[in-house]
Amino acid sequence: MKRFAKLIQQLELSNKTNDKIAALVDYFNHADDQDKIWVIALFTGKKPKRPIKSALLKYWAIDITQTPEWLFSESYSNVGDLSETIALLLPPAENTSDFSLHKWIEDLHDLEGKDDETKKVFILNAWNHLETQERFIFNKLISGNFRIGVSNKMLVNALAKQSSLDSAQIMHSIMGKWNPYEITFHELINGTHVNTDNSWPYPFCLAYALEQEPEKLVDLSEWQAEWKWDGIRGQIVKRNGELFIWSRGEELVTDQFPELHFLIDVLPDGVVLDGEILALQDKQVLSFSTLQQRLNRKTINKKQLDDAPIGFFVYDILEYETNDFREHPLSERRAILEQLFENLDESAVILSPVINCKNWEELATLRQTSRSINSEGIMLKKLSSHYHSGRKRGDWWKWKINPYTVDAVMIYAQKGSGRRANFFTDYTFAVRDGENLVTIAKAYSGLTDKEIKEVNSFVTRNAIEKFGPVRTVKPELVFEIAFEGIAESKRHKAGLALRFPRILRWRKDKKAAEINTLEDLRQLLESTFING
Amino acid sequence: MALIEFTKRGIYCKQGDFYVDPWWPVDYAVTTHGHSDHVRFGNKYYLCHTLTKPIIKRRISEDLNVETLNYGESIVRNGVNISFYPAGHIIGSAQVRLEYKGEVCVISGDYKTEDDGISDVFEPVKCHSFVSESTFGLPVYKWQKQEVVFNGIKSWVNDNIQQQKTSVLIAYSLGKAQRLIKNLAGDVPIYVHNSIANLNEVIIDAGVNLPETIRITPETTKDELQKGIVIVPPAMRDSRWIKNLSHPVTGICSGWMQVRAHRRWQSADAGFALSDHADWTGLMDAITATGAEKVYVTHGFTAAFSRFLNDEGIESEEVMTKFGQEDDEENKVDLADAENHHVETENKKSE
Repeated sequence: MKRFAKLIQQLELSNKTNDKIAALVDYFNHADDQDKIWVIALFTGKKPKRPIKSALLKYWAIDITQTPEWLFSESYSNVGDLSETIALLLPPAENTSDFSLHKWIEDLHDLEGKDDETKKVFILNAWNHLETQERFIFNKLISGNFRIGVSNKMLVNALAKQSSLDSAQIMHSIMGKWNPYEITFHELINGTHVNTDNSWPYPFCLAYALEQEPEKLVDLSEWQAEWKWDGIRGQIVKRNGELFIWSRGEELVTDQFPELHFLIDVLPDGVVLDGEILALQDKQVLSFSTLQQRLNRKTINKKQLDDAPIGFFVYDILEYETNDFREHPLSERRAILEQLFENLDESAVILSPVINCKNWEELATLRQTSRSINSEGIMLKKLSSHYHSGRKRGDWWKWKINPYTVDAVMIYAQKGSGRRANFFTDYTFAVRDGENLVTIAKAYSGLTDKEIKEVNSFVTRNAIEKFGPVRTVKPELVFEIAFEGIAESKRHKAGLALRFPRILRWRKDKKAAEINTLEDLRQLLESTFING
Repeated sequence: MALIEFTKRGIYCKQGDFYVDPWWPVDYAVTTHGHSDHVRFGNKYYLCHTLTKPIIKRRISEDLNVETLNYGESIVRNGVNISFYPAGHIIGSAQVRLEYKGEVCVISGDYKTEDDGISDVFEPVKCHSFVSESTFGLPVYKWQKQEVVFNGIKSWVNDNIQQQKTSVLIAYSLGKAQRLIKNLAGDVPIYVHNSIANLNEVIIDAGVNLPETIRITPETTKDELQKGIVIVPPAMRDSRWIKNLSHPVTGICSGWMQVRAHRRWQSADAGFALSDHADWTGLMDAITATGAEKVYVTHGFTAAFSRFLNDEGIESEEVMTKFGQEDDEENKVDLADAENHHVETENKKSE
């Protein structure tokens, strides 16, 4: 438990991915094999069943410390975490213990079905044997999630580094079905419980943004135009009777999207599809913010399935009849796709339509209507193109519509990282709401180095307050912020959130009095809401 | 009639016609200690502990009119007997005891009950009314013994030295810095920023036994610093100077580091829960020991702490002061530090 407590502390202290991976590698190099299994289980959301309600933990802590309940609540609101509040409130432990992580988990498991008094005796005794940080973790094992910023991808990278195994293979292994009580660490990362041959994905083919006039691409007839959808890119793999869904970030997300599981019965074996996971209703694409309700969740409930149904728009086929088709021209791959989908009338999986236009002008006009169908523009793919690995200039272009913009004033500044660590480069912007300013976005990029230096000197001279690394500054500098979408948000004070905000330009010609209002943004929200 | 009232200039004793730690200029300011939220420029006369005198002269102005008292000594002003007792917060910090016609009031300023090895140890004083801070007035703030915390810091430093990293401790230049120096001195040389070195000189001249440290100058090499402990004030935290050290790692020593959310918010590489303020247990012990009938709770978790005291049967009242403003002087940027920092960056430019 002490070793695991140290790992948690290290993971919490750093914001740098490399430090976190190093801490994980160090842990996996030295920890007990049975403990490692549990660490992987905990970090990937395979929580042991809760033997005790958190409310009981709270009452027992209140009981033994004789803390009034209101004072417990005051403490809890200062600390912000129930497990930690309890760990800090308890008197120092009178004993120490060297039990391993898995021993604690097994002992907790054995409490299942016991009466409350037995549970209480066990918990109080455990608290009296653990240091504060260990107690915190122990409480977390019972009552909560570890939110320490370790993604599946990061965990897999650390395991790959430590074991010298392929990361896609490990990803499949740990995302597969396994029981932490039964499997060994060796079996788990080698994937003996799954057939990793079945799951491996291809690298995605990516497009550059079109910076020139499309007419420069000359002959429209050599190009395939499609809508550019605003969801998350995904790859569907069907081999030997098994179905896998990979995200762009090379995470296996199969379990997150049950709507697509029917494909296991529909697709032939040896097929890999490239496409976009989208929020979809009656074959109409919904806004990205709807899809967001479904992302990065370890479990999905019925309400989420009802509120944000998803589907898959198919772009391309990479493997067919177990053969790698990436070297075949797009026109040929498209023909296979159309044949494959000819008899498939499913509302959740749709072949992304090809746009047929006579000339560039017609296509340009059509592109202006992208937003009305929640598309962010047009993709241009050369009919003769192969399916490249990664980004390659020339064959695929994304021709996005111009973003929305808003004029906003800077109110907070924070120092950047890496090369820009000495400069204030991360800004928070606000629009006017009556007499007040209300925060609407945080943006990092979009200024030249010279402009950054200028803003930096403004921040240094006009800082009003200091909160750790953040400075409140005089609301004076106006910037034009570009963004891709707008959605209602309960988490933000403004009641709305901008998607992918970035600085378009510094409006030195504008005064803070001339910026946009919250009302302007609300109107925009309403107009997009009707379409979405 | 009560011995003190809380006015817009500060804590006022009408019978004696003087203020304690006023935040606006007054004729006579009794001063508990040298932190900038307790002693300000512009008072005609100051009364403080003997050790505080050179500190405030250095930090505010050499021209101040300062009278001094040692712990246990007293003077009478307009019939009010004023005496000082150790508060254990920093060097020279005093609780101010006022007595008038048998009525006793103690204004404790900032205090802690644990022996920090460098300040005179807090001494409970019997009184009728007591003014207490409540910076850490919640039961989740209970400090470990400082020996445990210092062992933690030492092993962090040793690990850093082995891994070729430079250990940088962020500490307020008056108080926390000297406490770190006193308790970390030994195997590893300690390098201190100008503003700390200047204060150390003053403190050593005043007769305090402080272990030897090395003032950081432009000649100090990165290699030397990597093999030692570097102590700098909070104003230096995000400085280019630190970033240019050889693999710098920063450690913050503050009571707030007790809680994960605060540790993360500070984005330091390490946090050590080491405070010059009393923890929950310390506050309760101190208050109980005074036997006070009435407790005035100032800066910190005033509402919760005073409610708890009332529930415990100790009459208590929250009062608004300008002490501990912003968050806590443990994290606050001190003006004196900022100026020194400025001079130093100027020096760097001219190199």
